[in-house]
Amino acid sequence: MFDLDRWQEIFQTISKNKLRTALSGFTIAFAILLFTLLFGVGNGLKHTFEKQFAGDSQNSIYVFSGTTTKPYKGLQSGRQIQFRNDDSKFINEKFDDKIQYFSPAIQRNNMQTIYKGEQNRYTVRAVYPDYQPLESAVIQDGRFLSYLDIEKKAKVVAIGRLVEEDLFGSLSAVGKNINIEGISYKVVGVFNDPGGDNDERFIYTPFTTFQGMYKPNDEIDRFGMTFNPTLTVDEALAFSNLLTKVLKEKHNVDPRDQGAIRVRNYAEGTKNVQGFMMVLNIIILFIGIGTLVAGIIGISNIMVYIVKERTKELGIRKALGATPKSIVGMIMMESIFITALAGYSGLLIGIFTLKAIGSSLEKYFILNPSVETYVVVGATIVLVIAGTIAGYVPAKRAASIKPIVALNDQ
Amino acid sequence: MIKIENLQKSYPIGKDSLHVLKGLNLHIKEGEFVAIMGSSGSGKSTLLNIVGLLDSHDSGTYHLNGQLIENLDEKKAAVLRNKFLGFIFQSFNLITYKTAVENVALPLYYQGMGRAERQKIALKYLEKVGLKDRANHLPNELSGGEKQRVAVARALATQPKVVLADEPTGALDSTTSNSVMELLKDINREGMTVFVITHEEDIAEQTDRIVRLKDGVIISDEKVNKNVNA
Repeated sequence: MFDLDRWQEIFQTISKNKLRTALSGFTIAFAILLFTLLFGVGNGLKHTFEKQFAGDSQNSIYVFSGTTTKPYKGLQSGRQIQFRNDDSKFINEKFDDKIQYFSPAIQRNNMQTIYKGEQNRYTVRAVYPDYQPLESAVIQDGRFLSYLDIEKKAKVVAIGRLVEEDLFGSLSAVGKNINIEGISYKVVGVFNDPGGDNDERFIYTPFTTFQGMYKPNDEIDRFGMTFNPTLTVDEALAFSNLLTKVLKEKHNVDPRDQGAIRVRNYAEGTKNVQGFMMVLNIIILFIGIGTLVAGIIGISNIMVYIVKERTKELGIRKALGATPKSIVGMIMMESIFITALAGYSGLLIGIFTLKAIGSSLEKYFILNPSVETYVVVGATIVLVIAGTIAGYVPAKRAASIKPIVALNDQ
Repeated sequence: MIKIENLQKSYPIGKDSLHVLKGLNLHIKEGEFVAIMGSSGSGKSTLLNIVGLLDSHDSGTYHLNGQLIENLDEKKAAVLRNKFLGFIFQSFNLITYKTAVENVALPLYYQGMGRAERQKIALKYLEKVGLKDRANHLPNELSGGEKQRVAVARALATQPKVVLADEPTGALDSTTSNSVMELLKDINREGMTVFVITHEEDIAEQTDRIVRLKDGVIISDEKVNKNVNA
């Protein structure tokens, strides 16, 4: 029901009482603005944090071997544990349902790499194609290793972006041959890696090419895998614990031996990150609620003040025939109108401010500060309702005051 | 028009109560011009508030325009005030942020009248009190006498049965007082019942009937003998 007359009356009251309007409008707009900014900055911190941990796949697990530190079952300590191809098969068969990607790896550091006059030393990893998602490597040119390369023991490599930059300058590396420790490999692809510079100085070559060349026929340095993303963090941790246990059994390692077989599960980090995120979320929530409460108190005070200030006017209106209902209705509509409008403008200013300053905050660990629209809209609605309730109580009281008392109000 | 019988009213003051009106009997017929006189504390303002439905009475009966007034809730009182009564106050009680014509139109708004019609009627009554050229001025741009004439126009706008004036000249100098009283006399001559409260003898003299109140009782009620001018 749209009553034009009533709205005209309200617009007049609003526009003729600028201080009052500005006061209540400002409170709401400012509260929403603060809310949006704080929330946005908090979210920015969160985004930075999320990005920091994006280097490797969040669900990757690496298994390394070392020397035993404890004697076990009559075996001496100081024994080197060596993974072999049958370990690969064993893990894959036993944990098929838990594993998403799996690749054994052989790694050689400080390999001299030459292209024409340029040379440098890099870490070379011999892997299966499945290794790519583990490192979150993204091919920017050419391709990654393929199963055909594995089968043919092809002398091909996928090199990091910075390797290409070091050796090829501005030229494209794909299709060229590079020399690693005296053997020639063809570059099939160039990748970049969100993990940063180190990860972009790796060279990947087919696992089968290296095994036999740099390692006895069935030996493996380590395993990399990602667990099935449907697993929860706790299930993933249980999986890696079980994996450690069965591998130790298989290689006759004391279950308490920390050195011989080491499993690094990124889920652990994820768990810590999640804990930290939760704390951060609680802080953000606390700030948000705090701002809202401050806004509610502010608007309540102002509504009480406004109604008090208008007592005499309301008395006049009543003497002239205004019913209590029309008095309450008038105050409510004014307050809803002002708070909704002011809240909306605070919201817009906040969002635009975040947009405007967002990119300049990156050096303060605040990345893409933004707020979900429904959060701000929700906050605005909360304040409008608060303003309405805060206005209702004194308005109701003012409407029930005998007009003669109101008229005598100075 | 107004018929009051054995009207009593007391106000609680702490644990005691102050007996303000002690059984008033008053009958005002349509078209009368009555002044209620009394010193402060005599109960005259309380009487006006009860007659004006701004306050309730304790016992006795009050008939307004033949209608028995009892157990009124705020809403009914508001409707009756709007329909039957027009108020003029000592302190004018204009709404400060509304222009003269908007103030006059306000009671019509509460009658639910359309905007254009309100404006027309308000202008008509402003013309009647001689302030048509000041229609779009705010109250603080008007003199005291002008403000009170706006208030008179506002009281008349709804064509009430009774105009109630509480010390209408209390805040005015004698010249403007007279012009306001002339206005009230004009209204009365057109048939309106006018009910004035005052403590000024010369104001009361200009009405047709003076009711004197003291300590909550009526001590005299007499017609004014006027020198009829040609």
